[in-house]
Amino acid sequence: MTDKPELDGHSGVFTTGHEWDGIRELNTPLPKWWLYINYISIIWAIIYCIFMPSWPGLPGMGYFKGLRHHSERANVAVALDKLQAARAANAQSLTSVSLDQVENDPDLLTFAMAAGRSAFGDNCATCHGSNGIGSIGFPALNDDVWLWGGNLDEIKQTITYGIRSGHDEAHFSQMPAFGRDELLSVSEISDLTELVLAMGGSDHDQSAATRATVNFDEQCSICHAEDGTGDRYQGAPNLIDSEWLYGGSRRAITETITNSRFGIMPTWEQRLQPWTIDSLAVYVHSLGGGE
Amino acid sequence: MLEKHEVLEKNSILLTIGILIVVSIGGLVEIAPLFYIENTIEKVKGMRPYTPLEQFGRNVYTREGCYLCHSQMIRPLRDEVERYGHYSLAAESMYDHPFQWGSKRTGPDLARVGDKYSDEWHRAHLKNPRSVVPESVMPTYAFLSDNMLDDRLVADHLKALRIVGVPYTDEQIAAAKSDLVTQLDEFADDYDGFVARYPNAAIRDFDGDPEHATEMDALIAYLQMLGTLVDFDQYEALADENLR
Repeated sequence: MTDKPELDGHSGVFTTGHEWDGIRELNTPLPKWWLYINYISIIWAIIYCIFMPSWPGLPGMGYFKGLRHHSERANVAVALDKLQAARAANAQSLTSVSLDQVENDPDLLTFAMAAGRSAFGDNCATCHGSNGIGSIGFPALNDDVWLWGGNLDEIKQTITYGIRSGHDEAHFSQMPAFGRDELLSVSEISDLTELVLAMGGSDHDQSAATRATVNFDEQCSICHAEDGTGDRYQGAPNLIDSEWLYGGSRRAITETITNSRFGIMPTWEQRLQPWTIDSLAVYVHSLGGGE
Repeated sequence: MLEKHEVLEKNSILLTIGILIVVSIGGLVEIAPLFYIENTIEKVKGMRPYTPLEQFGRNVYTREGCYLCHSQMIRPLRDEVERYGHYSLAAESMYDHPFQWGSKRTGPDLARVGDKYSDEWHRAHLKNPRSVVPESVMPTYAFLSDNMLDDRLVADHLKALRIVGVPYTDEQIAAAKSDLVTQLDEFADDYDGFVARYPNAAIRDFDGDPEHATEMDALIAYLQMLGTLVDFDQYEALADENLR
């Protein structure tokens, strides 16, 4: 070990002065710019600890709040208040007038449509599809077929309390499971299926459909009406309009009669503010089939 | 300073002492706060440990890697609160092992998805997401309906969670195996006992197949309770001790 740094002729850099079995090492220190940034980061961390919330669990004072008393939660409360204040006037007038009046007031209508479209995308489109196109088991909202009524107040009622949601005010009805609960035999259900197909204007077996008329009058007409046009008070679908929530195939109809259906729409009363629900009602009403 | 370094490097005792000091600082900064983790968790009403069924659903959730696309953490930002609801509290994931916070959102945040959609929607969506959301890129999980729940280790599972701090009682552990299926049956013998052990737990058949206890049941039971436990009526978000 020489312990004496020497200038290396090839690179022009000093060696460390160490030598192991004839191998010497160039002394290449960390780049200065890198080193200084490292020192600055350390200083920055200390300053940050002083100004921002940093140390938890200090005796007697909980966490150290920092000199700035910064709180993300307080900040978001302020931001939300600001948002609410910006909407307050429109939200206030939206909830204070009837929904029909909203549709006749261009300013309110613009507000309600914008708010409704955004709330629909966040909450409703998941089941009812973008722009309310619907899917099997989840009603389309852009046509003029309504199970529980399609005027503004009826739509608002449905959004607020839901369908079979467990809320006391929710729409509720239950179709019997004619097959599962053995109210009708397999052949009777098969005949009824043909009758329902006939009502919807699909290909069917006429003699089977004729056989089913007695059962239809006894079992089905109470809710679906004698002519099959349904009953909105009970959410009983119209059977002659060739619109099918669960599919209009022979198989789907047999499944419906055998095991029944029990579609649930959640209540939105807790989750959404009243003016948002009003906006949604206006938006849904405008999608195509509002009454 | 660079030259002084040599003194440390050439004296093993000094070097050891130097290392000790540096490591102690690192340890203090990283470890000490963990001893005070309790006082970073808000005091809230309504939180309870997961029911055995929900916990199994949670296991399916982690096993299938749902967290790779879905976070469970609504950040205190205006747009997130507007879209998903109240920002998540530390207390809401205090029984999570491991937590599912995350920041990667290919799909939406799920912290408050509970009770937002119907069980039927969850079934249709898990079986084939495209059937209800045509633009979805989520994989299908139809096989969950065919996987029966394996109840052999459920009590041990709760015991293991108790070791890491989830306050399961002896009674809950003893009843774990039966609770797993009790939650699927509104007419179960032990309905009252179950409700007493797990207040506000939803009891119903979740997967539309009352005959079997499947992973689909468990996962939907878990999804339907996410973010529903804390009683926000009694939580003062702006109280001094709840600001952070």
